[in-house]
Amino acid sequence: MSESRQAAAGSALVEVRGLHTTLGGKVIFDGIDLDVPRGKITAIMGPSGTGKTTLLRHITGQLPPDSGEIRVDGENVPTLSRGALFDLREKIGFLFQNSALLTDFTVFENVAFPLRQHMKLPEDLLRNIVLTKLQAVGLRGAAELMPAELSGGMARRVALARAIVRDPMLILYDEPFVGLDPIALNQVLRLIRTLNDTLGITSVLVAHEFAAVSRVVDQVYLIASGKVAARGSPAELARGESPWTKQFFGGDADGPVPFHYPARDYALDLGFPAGS
Amino acid sequence: MSSVPKPKDAPAKNEPSVIGNALAQVGACGLFLLQILAAIPRSLRYIKETIRQIWFVGAMSLVIIMTCGLFVGMVLGLQLYYVLSIFGGTAALGTVVSLSLYRELGPVVTALLFAGRAGTSITAEIGLMRATDQLAAMEMMAVDPIAYVAAPRFLAGIVAMPLLACVFNALGIFGAHLVGVSWLGLDNGTFWSNMTSSVDVWKDVVNGVWKSCAFGAVVALIAVFQGYTTPPTSEGVAYATTRTVVFSSIVVLALDFVMTAFLM
Repeated sequence: MSESRQAAAGSALVEVRGLHTTLGGKVIFDGIDLDVPRGKITAIMGPSGTGKTTLLRHITGQLPPDSGEIRVDGENVPTLSRGALFDLREKIGFLFQNSALLTDFTVFENVAFPLRQHMKLPEDLLRNIVLTKLQAVGLRGAAELMPAELSGGMARRVALARAIVRDPMLILYDEPFVGLDPIALNQVLRLIRTLNDTLGITSVLVAHEFAAVSRVVDQVYLIASGKVAARGSPAELARGESPWTKQFFGGDADGPVPFHYPARDYALDLGFPAGS
Repeated sequence: MSSVPKPKDAPAKNEPSVIGNALAQVGACGLFLLQILAAIPRSLRYIKETIRQIWFVGAMSLVIIMTCGLFVGMVLGLQLYYVLSIFGGTAALGTVVSLSLYRELGPVVTALLFAGRAGTSITAEIGLMRATDQLAAMEMMAVDPIAYVAAPRFLAGIVAMPLLACVFNALGIFGAHLVGVSWLGLDNGTFWSNMTSSVDVWKDVVNGVWKSCAFGAVVALIAVFQGYTTPPTSEGVAYATTRTVVFSSIVVLALDFVMTAFLM
């Protein structure tokens, strides 16, 4: 481990400070501060369209913010060159919302892709690593299938195997539980926890399923209206008295989190006089 | 697809002009070309992918190129035999057909067919990769999609196009021979001897190959650029494939004029 890594050990692996982002004229983040501790699982939750996926894209340098600092392992992501960004990404696993499997490759080749691109491994060793990861997600038997032959849940598990195949220091999961049946959901939850506990991996998880999330995560950030509305352990948030947490976890339409996308007067849109 | 009608008092958006959009596209395409050229040394790692693309855009286009080449040659043979017979010059059929094919028709028609057959498939493939986040996934796996996806297809276009044009020319001459010699009774020796004595390898054949290389680069660049920058929607991919054919055709014909002026 390098000196800088040793110095950084124990501190947050991901630090976000003063993040401002506006997309299409809409303010997504209005000065967000956020810490993801090393070796922990952090969930980012919030209403749809609140910028959870955008936050992951900022962390991985896919989308630069308007302003603010995003440090991953001590490196300020928005200022990194393309080469340095790729070096950093080699240490990050990313599970896309829609799996993003390479459609011309088999399941096996999809999982093997990062290994083939970055490591010169003997074919036997590569095969064993890939099959081990596929076994972990319960899809070793599907190794020769094409992505088009998989269900949505299976594709997500293959994408998960691909994200963890190089044992990265940080894994970002974007909606990992969508489309999973209860058995697969349990196994994926257990896998996420095990990866963290055994390999010391740090995880950031974007999800809506609070019941599932609360079983594995160490801390939760609730983001709404461009701000961090609440932060704490799942238990703290569940019994929180803040109107934000009460509305979000209670599923109420009325409260500080707007259900409706910003729009002009409803009557005007229907062709009636304003306010009628 | 129709959109929700706008209310009468909705504020008008400040739409950029057509010319402004076109210039922006040309500029973006130029920058994209520089990115591809810079990525070519890195793309040599993926030589297998480049070979696969040459097979895909080259070998898979052979049937259409051969068929069209044969018929273009047959039509040329028929038309030119009729015109030349008015002046008693049918002996020059082989010369005129071969010069037309080597200098103009071979490179140009092959490029237009290539844009329709291979260009659209490149655009649709990359556009769908964009729409399904496959390009973003590569970026996240620290694999440069310009080097892995764009550059191999660009190189494949440059390599495949002259080879396809040569096949087109060969089938065209065969078609003209079929009509002129086998069907209309022109002397076989006259057909070949006049052709070989009039066609200059460097001025006619090699210049045609240079044109083909340039057309291959242009069509492949447009196809890859349109796919890479398409909006990630089904409508976006559909428009992008259409733009590939339209823009490629216009640019190939314009570039043909410029290159002919310089190479003559």
